[in-house]
Amino acid sequence: MSGLGYALSDTVVLAKRSLLRIPRQPDLLLGFTVQPVMFVLLFVYVFGGAIQTPGFDYEDFLIPGILVQSMAFGGFVTALGLAEDLKKGLIDRFRSLPMSRAAVLTGRTTADIATNVIQVAIMLLVGLAVGFRFQTGVPDVIAGIALLLLLGYAFSWVFAFLGLAASSPEASNAYGFIVILPLTFASSAFVPVETMPSWLQTFAEVQPVTTMVDATRALFLGTPAGNDVWGAVVWAFAIILVFGWLSVWRYRRAVGR
Amino acid sequence: MDGPVVETHALEKRYGDTHALRGVDLRVEPGTIFGLLGPNGAGKTTAVRILTTLLRPDAGSARVAGLDVVEDANRLRERIGLAGQYAAVDENLTGFENLEMVGRLYHLGRRHSRERSRGLLGQFDLADAGDRLVRTYSGGMRRRLDLAAALVARPPVLFLDEPTTGLDIRSRRALWDAIEALVAEGTTVLLTTQYLDEADHLAGRIAVIDHGLLIAEGTPDELKLQVGGDRLEVRLCSRDDNAAARDALAAVGDGRVEGEDGAVRVAIRERTGTIAEAVRRLDERGIAIDDIAVRTPTLDDVFLTLTGHHAEEEAEEAVER
Ligand SMILES: Nc1ncnc2c1ncn2[C@@H]1O[C@H](COP(=O)(O)OP(=O)(O)OP(=O)(O)O)[C@@H](O)[C@H]1O
Ligand SMILES: [Mg+2]
Repeated sequence: MSGLGYALSDTVVLAKRSLLRIPRQPDLLLGFTVQPVMFVLLFVYVFGGAIQTPGFDYEDFLIPGILVQSMAFGGFVTALGLAEDLKKGLIDRFRSLPMSRAAVLTGRTTADIATNVIQVAIMLLVGLAVGFRFQTGVPDVIAGIALLLLLGYAFSWVFAFLGLAASSPEASNAYGFIVILPLTFASSAFVPVETMPSWLQTFAEVQPVTTMVDATRALFLGTPAGNDVWGAVVWAFAIILVFGWLSVWRYRRAVGR
Repeated sequence: MDGPVVETHALEKRYGDTHALRGVDLRVEPGTIFGLLGPNGAGKTTAVRILTTLLRPDAGSARVAGLDVVEDANRLRERIGLAGQYAAVDENLTGFENLEMVGRLYHLGRRHSRERSRGLLGQFDLADAGDRLVRTYSGGMRRRLDLAAALVARPPVLFLDEPTTGLDIRSRRALWDAIEALVAEGTTVLLTTQYLDEADHLAGRIAVIDHGLLIAEGTPDELKLQVGGDRLEVRLCSRDDNAAARDALAAVGDGRVEGEDGAVRVAIRERTGTIAEAVRRLDERGIAIDDIAVRTPTLDDVFLTLTGHHAEEEAEEAVER
């Protein structure tokens, strides 16, 4: 088999390992299932009444935003898993094996795609139950879901880097929140950007999550897309390239403890 | 293969201010067990990590199985097995799944990986536990699984970092037997240990390291000889007999006699008949004996002589620090 063939088969072996762990750690499973449901319900029923979204029902405004947020956080298992592997010495073992250098990372991020699919499905079902409606045709909806999964994959690479850079699994979790939470809240995900103070608007408009949320709204609700869809795709690939490179660089130097 | 399996020259490694290895030369011959012995913080794990391509040395060079650990790292990884200081197994997989995964990552193929995994589980007394999640395993079971994982691809060179730390006596013996069986089949083993009796029992050659420096190297017997070989030790019932006993025993050994407070030590050349001879001579002079024995120096004596401190004392201090 060729180098690329091995890289792929190593990735499959390790993705399987990551996925096997999920049903065996029921508390992790809660993170993927109950948490998104809770978020949708909280926002719709607690904040929904207080937030003005001219031109939209709040459910319609919210669901694309909250989907992007859950994709942005979907990779937390990757950070947690890598930080644990480092602590337990598994990274030492993997690094001593004649396997692909990137497979430990691609295995994790690939497994995240599967859990992200579950999250998107659950959130869309709950969204539909609370009144969200697609306002575009099937091709756009499918493109929107594909975009969400691409974004989730990109963020998994951010988490891969954080997991390898953090000194412990707990710290990796904290880093994840510190990096991702401001990006998702200071964006168009939950409130219209125009309601923010002007300095925050500037930040919200240039950062990727707003572009990603606007692109998802365009594909689900038919709002004017402008360059948002392509912008979101470019952001996703840029994140994958930069954080993929950083993660592999970090992995090559990683030693246990 | 001809020539040494592991060969290092002036190996150095720093972590910030800590000089973990300060120029270490090692040489391990094929088909032997080499023991790297040292207290906590001596640099054992650092040496193993360099030899298994996990860390790059700051200076010096190392070759394993004829391959440079830096230049030929990729090819080298196909020929080595590593069981690190802490059992590196996935808690959320079964024992079988752990081994199968390692087999697949060595690119053994699915069928071969599975067969080999079942075989190893049996060999390490884990057949019944093989389909249970590792998080239900005891510490000893994890250690055995970890060692099994290092053996999946039948690597010709095996690195074991403190393989028996934390095991009970029975598991320790079983692991020793397993290691000896591998070497009998031609595997070369480099193991680190803090246990003097372990190095003594297993290793054909031992290197003693302390604070990143090699302080002695040789067979267990050579190291013991450095401390002065076998000794006759006599404890007297009355300390007043001290001088008389020294006179009586001078001719038993090679002339070197020391002793005070009713304890007399004599360096001897020949073990056989020494005790009988000594008892006879002391008896003739009416000197009463409380206890008499021939003692072979332990590696702890070696450590004390070479470094001025006991190996295990320092280990305890280091843990407290
Ligand atoms: N990643 C690291 N960063 C900083 N210092 C380190 C690191 N790893 C090891 N050291 C230091 O290097 C020295 C040698 O450590 P090493 O782990 O090689 O010792 P050891 O002989 O394996 O000890 P032990 O018996 O405790 O396992 C120690 O002083 C240790 O504190
Ligand atoms: Mg160590």
